Amino acid sequence: MLPTLSTNTISSFFSAFCRRYSRLLLALTLVFSSPALLASWTLNMREGITEISRETYNLHMTIIWICVAIGVVVYGVLFYSLFAYRKSKGAVPATFYHNTTAEIIWTVIPFIILIAMAVPSTKVLMKIYDTDDSTMDIRITGYQWRWQYKYLNDKGAPVVYFSNLSTPAEQYENFPGKISAEKGEHYLLEVDEPLVIPVNKKVRFLLTSGDVIHSWWMPDFAIKKDAIPGFMNASSVIAEKTGIYRGQCAELCGRNHGFMPIVVEVKEQADFDKWYAEKQEAAQKVADMTSKEFTREQLVEMGQTVYNTYCMACHQANGQGLPPTFPALAGSKVANGPLEGHLDTVLHGRKGTAMAAFGTQLSPVDIAAVITFERNSFGNKMGDMATPLQVYQLQQAK
Amino acid sequence: MATGHDDHHHGPAKGLTRWLYTTNHKDIGTLYLWFSFAMFLLGGTFALVIRAELFQPGLQFVDPNLFNQMTTMHGLVMVFGAVMPAFVGLANWMVPMMIGAPDMALPRMNNWSFWILPFAFAMMSSTLFMDGGGPNFGWTFYAPLSTTFAPKSVTFFIFAVHMMGASSIMGSINIIATIQNLRAPGMTYMKMPLFVWTWLITAYLLIAVMPVLAGVVTMMLFDIHFGTSFFSAAGGGDPVLFQHVFWFFGHPEVYIMILPAFGVVSEIIPTFSRKRLFGYDSMVYATSSIAFLSFIVWAHHMFTTGMPLAGELFFMYSTMLIAVPTGVKVFNWITTMFKGSLSFETPMLFAIAFVVLFTCGGFTGLMLAIAPADFQYQDTYFVVAHFHYVLVPGAVFSIMAAAYYWLPKWTGNMYDENLGKLHFWLSFIGINILFFPQHFLGLAGMPRRVPDYALQFANFNMVSSIGAFFFGFSQLLLLFIVIKTIKGGKKATAQVWEGAEGLEWTLPSPAPYHTFSTPPPIK
Repeated sequence: MLPTLSTNTISSFFSAFCRRYSRLLLALTLVFSSPALLASWTLNMREGITEISRETYNLHMTIIWICVAIGVVVYGVLFYSLFAYRKSKGAVPATFYHNTTAEIIWTVIPFIILIAMAVPSTKVLMKIYDTDDSTMDIRITGYQWRWQYKYLNDKGAPVVYFSNLSTPAEQYENFPGKISAEKGEHYLLEVDEPLVIPVNKKVRFLLTSGDVIHSWWMPDFAIKKDAIPGFMNASSVIAEKTGIYRGQCAELCGRNHGFMPIVVEVKEQADFDKWYAEKQEAAQKVADMTSKEFTREQLVEMGQTVYNTYCMACHQANGQGLPPTFPALAGSKVANGPLEGHLDTVLHGRKGTAMAAFGTQLSPVDIAAVITFERNSFGNKMGDMATPLQVYQLQQAK
Repeated sequence: MATGHDDHHHGPAKGLTRWLYTTNHKDIGTLYLWFSFAMFLLGGTFALVIRAELFQPGLQFVDPNLFNQMTTMHGLVMVFGAVMPAFVGLANWMVPMMIGAPDMALPRMNNWSFWILPFAFAMMSSTLFMDGGGPNFGWTFYAPLSTTFAPKSVTFFIFAVHMMGASSIMGSINIIATIQNLRAPGMTYMKMPLFVWTWLITAYLLIAVMPVLAGVVTMMLFDIHFGTSFFSAAGGGDPVLFQHVFWFFGHPEVYIMILPAFGVVSEIIPTFSRKRLFGYDSMVYATSSIAFLSFIVWAHHMFTTGMPLAGELFFMYSTMLIAVPTGVKVFNWITTMFKGSLSFETPMLFAIAFVVLFTCGGFTGLMLAIAPADFQYQDTYFVVAHFHYVLVPGAVFSIMAAAYYWLPKWTGNMYDENLGKLHFWLSFIGINILFFPQHFLGLAGMPRRVPDYALQFANFNMVSSIGAFFFGFSQLLLLFIVIKTIKGGKKATAQVWEGAEGLEWTLPSPAPYHTFSTPPPIK
């Protein structure tokens, strides 16, 4: 009888509880059942998809278990002492304060454990440092706050492009009074164009930076390498599984450090070749565009897109900037002055300020478009335009 | 007993000038400790801004630029404003009383080295209200983010760092001069209390590396204002050079913040175990080895910068070696408790928590030393968890332990033991809720110094933020306990603690304004 009774009591309590807190329970159920959020109690490192990432993971686990073993012994003796030798239980203190044998033992044993750890670590490290004999080289350049990927050793038109955060600002700007959009599945870990590499091929990354120090981190490859201005660091990967992998910039690089994700798409060789051919074709088109004629209206329209991607983070959507670090463009001397000055600022940047030199980052069409847009927007009414050819000639002159 | 009764040695002056003009080591110690506590609350407030923003994904409260200023200022204020001055304050109060000296060796310089600090921090904090905001490049201020790309206020930051450095160098010269010259006859080096030993070694570390810090900020100043290119690749300079110079200062700096903590714990554990410290000699040698090693491990902060393989291996091996002397210390503390007669007053609770949680930080430190694994840990929340485990339940807990331990000696009153224990347990629970989940966040892939994060990091960030507010507000209880103790309470005896040994416990409580005007006899 008793078990039935208590079961009844429990179930009636449970249903009352459910009635009372139904909304809370619903919310909790949603939290714990949604697959995206289930992953959010992740405790450990990823094994990744390369031989090196697996070996790194194993090394990590080995050291954890060694630490756990040492911890059991050390904490064991400590807690035993805390319980066994209490004054309240009438413990009388011993008088020893020295024991050479014990001290030698606990100096030597850790030393041996350390050597046991150092051997496999050295092996993995040497493997990581072997970046020779790659089938493909990709230059990765960090900029505030986007990555540029350039495929080297190529024939035909060069494939070079930027990879920008594609999460819309409405999702992350949740300041009071702002209307926010719901956050997507890959919130802050999604880009407009991922880096694409072929599967099972040794790909070498050559990392550098165009402004401050960044760090290119792809946990599934166990690669984290700093992108440093004036340096060229090398790292290589043999990805063993196709798919989409996500990482982030790991070195504080200014205001939007938290907003420059890395996405890599690993494709089968045939799919990669197809993608690469398309990229080359598109690059050829851009080259052809430079000699094409545009109207002012066309450039303003194209310039809006370029502005939103490259300029808005600092100069803001309304062109008001964030003075004094990021000056306003609305009514500015540059955007309302001679065209030569505006071209110079955008192409070569401003020394000693956060304004970068976009001459090496953007195509002539994009630069001409964004300059034309800035001179004819935010209340600026210059009525003039820059042409891609003009930009191209200035780029070549330097 | 030790107070002279001629006319010049009456009590302290009255009013504000007592504190402005004082050359008394106890007054200056008090000033340092109050200043440190104020900075602890200020730096803690910055941390709570950070944790409030990270409570949920999305940007709710602060702009990313302000967020970066908060992480930077939190680090600078806690390192240079809270932890270091607290230890200098403890040294001021305790070193002369522990070695039987009448005061510090250079009392006027002592006054000066303290009074520079409030101005340095006022200047540094004022940058938050300047055009373009305060320092936003992290407390490690890597170039060129802190030079070419820095806000204009960086010059004030550089000047403030110079002032703090001058203060630290003067303070450490004073401590060295005191320990080496003013020990009572018979107090040989190997009879000094361990707190004195660890501070002697720390003071030498400070003198060695503070000028390096001054050098690196001066090079920044020249890059920013005088057209040099030390750290600018475009001008033929080297951004990685900055990191080498910074960490040549920065790694010994880490030990500057932990060696005196070792000293404090080595005083407290024997007292409440009623048993002599185990392995005194090896404690001294271990501390010296750690100090030596701290100069040859700096580039383990830079494993991802692309050092050559030989460099990576050297710094990996040398870093792993630190585990040996650190292990010796932990074993000695535990063996001191083994077969002792333990009681658990608040200082002892903090000291035991120190041993347990510092060891935990030591384990993650060992993991971080393994270069290939470090590629996955570097610049993630795993690192944040690691260094907070050694700095908060490490350095900060030892400071709190020291405060409870010597408070009866300073004020003449016992603190409220129940409130003290409550404060300990709130802090202990709070700190673990705050920092333990950060290990998981880092391993799962969350970078540090980001104002917003992907959805899979949401749960543990929320837990961590709850822990932060819990821990933060618990510290107001410490303020209350200290004020209550100053105002009154059960009168403390001279020895205060049953198992306490050492010269400071031969003095009456509260310790008279002037002590050991004639040196005490040493057995």
